Amino acid sequence: MKHIAPLSGALALIGGLLFAPASPPVSAQGQAVAPVVNVTRLDYGLRARALADGVYVVAGANADFSVANGCNIINTGFITTGAGVLVINTGTSRLYGEQLRALIARTTHEPVVQVLHLNLHPDYFLGNQAFADVPIVATAATRAGMQREAKSYEDNLYRLCGDWMKGTEARLPTQTIGAGPLRIGQREFELREYNGHTASDLVLIDKASGVAFVGGLVFADRVPTTPHADPSAWLRTLDALAGLKLGTVVPSHGPVHEGQRGLQQTRDFLQWLDGSFTRWAAQGWEMNEVLRAKPPEPFARWAAWPAEYTRNVAHLYARYERAALQRGKPP
Amino acid sequence: MQRRFILLAALCGGLVTPARAAAPDPDPFDGDPFKSYQWVDLKKAFLGAQARVQFDPRVKVQGPAFAEDPMNVPITVSADLAGVQRLIVLVDRNPIRKVLELQPLAAQPGVSFRFKLEQASPVRALAQTADGVWHVGGTWVDSSGGGCTVAGATRADGSWTQTLGQVSGRVFASGLPTSANAGDSAARLRVRIMHPMDTGLVNGIPAFFVSKLSVRDGADRELLRIQTFEPVSENPVFSFDFAKAPPGPLRIVGVDNNGNRILSTIE
Repeated sequence: MKHIAPLSGALALIGGLLFAPASPPVSAQGQAVAPVVNVTRLDYGLRARALADGVYVVAGANADFSVANGCNIINTGFITTGAGVLVINTGTSRLYGEQLRALIARTTHEPVVQVLHLNLHPDYFLGNQAFADVPIVATAATRAGMQREAKSYEDNLYRLCGDWMKGTEARLPTQTIGAGPLRIGQREFELREYNGHTASDLVLIDKASGVAFVGGLVFADRVPTTPHADPSAWLRTLDALAGLKLGTVVPSHGPVHEGQRGLQQTRDFLQWLDGSFTRWAAQGWEMNEVLRAKPPEPFARWAAWPAEYTRNVAHLYARYERAALQRGKPP
Repeated sequence: MQRRFILLAALCGGLVTPARAAAPDPDPFDGDPFKSYQWVDLKKAFLGAQARVQFDPRVKVQGPAFAEDPMNVPITVSADLAGVQRLIVLVDRNPIRKVLELQPLAAQPGVSFRFKLEQASPVRALAQTADGVWHVGGTWVDSSGGGCTVAGATRADGSWTQTLGQVSGRVFASGLPTSANAGDSAARLRVRIMHPMDTGLVNGIPAFFVSKLSVRDGADRELLRIQTFEPVSENPVFSFDFAKAPPGPLRIVGVDNNGNRILSTIE
């Protein structure tokens, strides 16, 4: 970790005094805007946007991890229930968790009563240190995965994000939750467990508003991430999700939207990936050739292209290659 | 001394003009485009002090910009040169720097494989032509690190004992990407060998790796010969290109550093 020189610290303080945001913490429902990040002050500029009465999204940048965006590339959320706030995912770092909690306190008088994680990825739970006093829940498979991966997540994000990660240590969930109805205060939720993006992908639906937090199962205007993906299972899950006729969809990555748009994009991409990798492996393509293949429109215009595609190839292509060399069926 | 003198001149407000003081510094990188401090020693250690070496854009090394999986970094090497006798792949900042050495014989002077990267580093290919000159190309791969000091999956779960030395492979003759510059009669051999490829850098697990492979055609003519070292990835996959499909069936013959034989026929 780099040390911040005292001089730059002093400048940051002056900057903070001059440019302290006067705007309210909650923006009206409307177009999401990427948060205004202040790298010097390590301020994520988090804003809560109301999607329905008491249902808020805290949008991150639709991009790849970078120091400039604070590595804040996730949409988190929180929902008031009359008996306290349910928090959905806690961001990439201790600082993010703290700033999210402060934002919640500025937005509602209700205390935080529970944190829910939708899958095992680092930006879903590395902010947990700020929520150490409340139950933190995830599925059994997600809890096991977090335990397994936490150390490498910390290492990798420190490398990618630098000072934003100061003081961050993985704090794991404290309780196990499964699919089914969930009631907190006056709110009724439905939790559905799927797989494909990871071994356990939760979807949280608020029954009153119909807002669905779909986690990593749906990506909007962004290349899907695949470190724990099974494309065939994921495509089956998207068919099941399509049958739910969701209204307002909050993906973890990409803009909040109505209906099937993100779902269809995710399906298009996965079908292209699966079909192309099968064909290329059968034709003897090397990974470096796959990496340099030209994607169809509009994937190359989506956020995180090409970095995320580089990861897709690293995560998945070897399976297709193995099947081709053994003359077996594609995975 | 030179630097100090210039610095002093500058501090003295230009009493000595830089033009008079500044003889060119010897280049500590010896022309290395990656400006790697390891390069000079690397060259000496693997090619010898007297080697004639030139950086040459005709030797291409392709890899990903960053190593998403430091235990499996895909590299494709090709040398657009006639008469390549030997092709060596070196990684400056790996604890074990030599990855492989190829004698292309009847194959194209190139190879694709995956390797274990310990930290961000230049990855270099050095091709020696018949006149003895080494032609050097490279690429830079960024990494979060740790590829050489973690046990592979089949070592970690013990399953390597069930699959050691198994070979699967195929010759591909159509549908190769245009970037492979393959003519109509070209062919590519892809072969996968089940082996843990232990680096010896994981606590309590000694180095255990495939050390030599040779590919022979249906008439028992040797098509290529390759020496492989610890950094090659677990269960390695190699690709070799041929200007013209060799007569089959191809045979893969090899050995690991413990003397286990590898022998397989690719139909």
